[in-house]
Amino acid sequence: MSTERTTLERVEAGLARRRRKELLFKLTGMFATAIGVVFLGVFFTTLIVKGSSAFQQTFLKLDIELSEAVLAPDGELDVRYADFDGLVRTALRAQLPEATSRVDRRALYRLVSVGASYQLRDLVATNPELVGTTQTLWVPASSNVDMFIKGDIDAEADEALRPLSDQQISWIRSLDEAGRIDMRFNSALFSNGDSREPELAGIKGAVMGSFYMLLVTITLSFPIGVAAAIYLEEFAPKSRWSDLIEVNINNLAAVPSIVFGLLGLAVFINWMGLPRSAALVGGLVLTLLTLPVIIIASRAAIKAVPPSIREAALGLGASKMQVVFHHVLPLAMPGMLTGAIIGMSRALGESAPLLMIGMVAFIVDVPGGFTDPATALPVQIYLWADSPERAFTERTSAAIIVLLGFLLVMNFAAVILRKRMERKW
Amino acid sequence: MQSATLILLLAFMAVVSFYFGRRRSLAIVGGPSHGPVLHSLPGYYGYYVAIWCALPALALLAVWLFAEPRIIVALVVNELPESYRSLSAGELNLLINNIQNLASGDVVSSDIDRPLQDAAASFNGYIEKSRQLLAAISISLAGLGGALAWRRIRPELRARNRVEQVIRWMLIAASSIAILTTVGIVLSVLFEAIRFFQKVPLTEFLFGLNWSPQTAIRADQVGSSGSFGAVPLFTGTLLITGIAMFVAVPVGLMTAIYLAEYSSRRIRGIAKPLLEVLAGIPTVVYGFFAALTVAPWIRNAGESVGLTVASESALAAGLVMGIMIIPLVSSLADDAINAVPSAMRDGALGLGSTRSETMTKVILPAALPGIVGGVLLAVSRAIGETMIVVMAAGLAANLTANPFAAVTTVTVQIVTLLVGDQEFDSAKTLAAFALGLMLFVVTLCLNVIGLSVVRKYREQYD
Repeated sequence: MSTERTTLERVEAGLARRRRKELLFKLTGMFATAIGVVFLGVFFTTLIVKGSSAFQQTFLKLDIELSEAVLAPDGELDVRYADFDGLVRTALRAQLPEATSRVDRRALYRLVSVGASYQLRDLVATNPELVGTTQTLWVPASSNVDMFIKGDIDAEADEALRPLSDQQISWIRSLDEAGRIDMRFNSALFSNGDSREPELAGIKGAVMGSFYMLLVTITLSFPIGVAAAIYLEEFAPKSRWSDLIEVNINNLAAVPSIVFGLLGLAVFINWMGLPRSAALVGGLVLTLLTLPVIIIASRAAIKAVPPSIREAALGLGASKMQVVFHHVLPLAMPGMLTGAIIGMSRALGESAPLLMIGMVAFIVDVPGGFTDPATALPVQIYLWADSPERAFTERTSAAIIVLLGFLLVMNFAAVILRKRMERKW
Repeated sequence: MQSATLILLLAFMAVVSFYFGRRRSLAIVGGPSHGPVLHSLPGYYGYYVAIWCALPALALLAVWLFAEPRIIVALVVNELPESYRSLSAGELNLLINNIQNLASGDVVSSDIDRPLQDAAASFNGYIEKSRQLLAAISISLAGLGGALAWRRIRPELRARNRVEQVIRWMLIAASSIAILTTVGIVLSVLFEAIRFFQKVPLTEFLFGLNWSPQTAIRADQVGSSGSFGAVPLFTGTLLITGIAMFVAVPVGLMTAIYLAEYSSRRIRGIAKPLLEVLAGIPTVVYGFFAALTVAPWIRNAGESVGLTVASESALAAGLVMGIMIIPLVSSLADDAINAVPSAMRDGALGLGSTRSETMTKVILPAALPGIVGGVLLAVSRAIGETMIVVMAAGLAANLTANPFAAVTTVTVQIVTLLVGDQEFDSAKTLAAFALGLMLFVVTLCLNVIGLSVVRKYREQYD
């Protein structure tokens, strides 16, 4: 009797402490879950705050006189050699006549991007009849002007510490008051290749490089992965060899991606002599990288097809091969496609192995084929993240937003495919 | 003829031969349900002819394209004047490169002289001849193979079995690509690593405390003898991995416990997909975030309390890497916890223990092996992670355990040694492969142990 009471008492005495511990444990769990979610929130907010401004760009309105004397001094117009730069400069001087000394003028010229003369050249090349007229054009401003208008350069800061002088800032303000500065959609970001000038740099080259790479990857890794999965799941005898393949595939899925890059460098480039920096080699490396993912997903999809289907087909006289290709494969296809999309989204985000095979070069031209030097979207992000200019940071965030957009679309497609085609047996 | 057009042409020939094969099989028996019975369905006779048409020709094409450049280079070198052929291997390689560039109309790095031009012209001539020959031979091989197979069609020909046998071999070939990849990885890193260890002793690499992979270009150069002691890289990798695990293991584990035991269905439905998003973000994006947001933030925070923090501190890279690994740890821990039979859980709750006591005293001990296996996989992931450390960790090989200092890792050094132009057989380049070998061996061991432990304990409770 007395011991029973003491037990009960002991339990009750400890109860408050145990409840406190329980609560603490629960709160720790909540806190841990919150860390991941909060990080995600902070991450996307900073990205959008930093990157959204890159979709807009500052343009200057200039009245440019396409004088015949400058463009065609000996009566013949050759757009390759004509001095478009000079025309832009003349227009700037006409706009801000107070810049007279050489130093001042040079500072003045730095307000406008070198892209202005390219734009002018393209205009004259397509419309030669414009020579001799005066055109009012919106031309891209230099990245420093862009940063100032976007509020990233502080006019109050010490003059020596900011990239624009007091003089340049007062010019920008007077241009702004005259209504000659405007923010417009940054189409260069989507239509240009890489550039050393932030205001001219775009992601088209990188996107095309990624596109060609993924094309190589999907055409190789999907058929090979599905074939391997079919063999392992339906035909392979239970032997040492198939066990070895099984262990091997699971391990390959966990090998660091940079090691695949070393393989690509040693085998595809040094041994087979394929071109460096080419989308073809990148696609081959990514094929090997995504193959385990696709094989594992395809095997799971084949496993999910109920054996009764196979038995029914066999019973009606189909051969083993006919069972697989006529019945199992079509039923497993949605699962396999989902696996393929997930594999592709992994391949799209991969950059470490591409660094190994030379896809980090500075490439201005948009690649037009599988063997052209190319870079990929994640590698472009890596390259821009390394650039010191503030304007490149903004563009890096914009490129990341584009990359995440692609990944989102792919994963969304995979989810929809799974929801639509999934069958419960 | 371009090889792509040739492949398309061969594919077209295969389609045509399928059609003819199918038609002949039907013609022999006089149409469906007449005369003698075909062994297989007519389509299989078509496939049979198509396979004989395409496969030999494609095999020839592959071998030819692989051997062609080697043979042509050898032929061209043979034609070069004596003075060129006696050059050293490296100079000869450069010369061959120049000839190829000249032949394809690219920029050439040396003066173009007469013999070089002749060589480029003969190079182009050989290429053209080789391509013509290839097109002629492979097309006639395809035609011949198709015609022979076409003639062999009889009603009793077991076409389906033949075709299925070929398909079976193709399936086997596809599944052995996985093995070939592993063999390729091992061989490619192993060979270069062995060449490296011929130049630098293995003991210096494994136990040396000094890493500065700059080798001298001239023998009399000062201060650039190159030392390849990889210990600072290993400690740097371990430091960053340790920080990442310090974040990922407790947070991932507690997340898994909370979502499995405490949270409402609604919260789980929101939090789980969000954590999966975390796992799907490319590592280069994490790297950007670590280098441009987290690292300056840690530096400012450290300076405000009077600490000196390097701008590329190990802490920033490790923290962000830890966040990246949270989903991996939490999903593996979730699997391990769910594998514990519910009888054990119900028993503990029935005896009056609280949910946290059930978890810490019953379920976690039972799930521990599975969790440890998952942590090993996470460690392997952290060691092999590249982009975060390349962007956020430093390049200086410091031997330190201070998380505020800059350290470098194995993967960072592989990237720095191999990105950029250098000759392929310098100790500097080969060192990257030696590091790659280390990385592969270590992560392979961790993966094998982790995977087998995870699987073993999952089965044990089933």
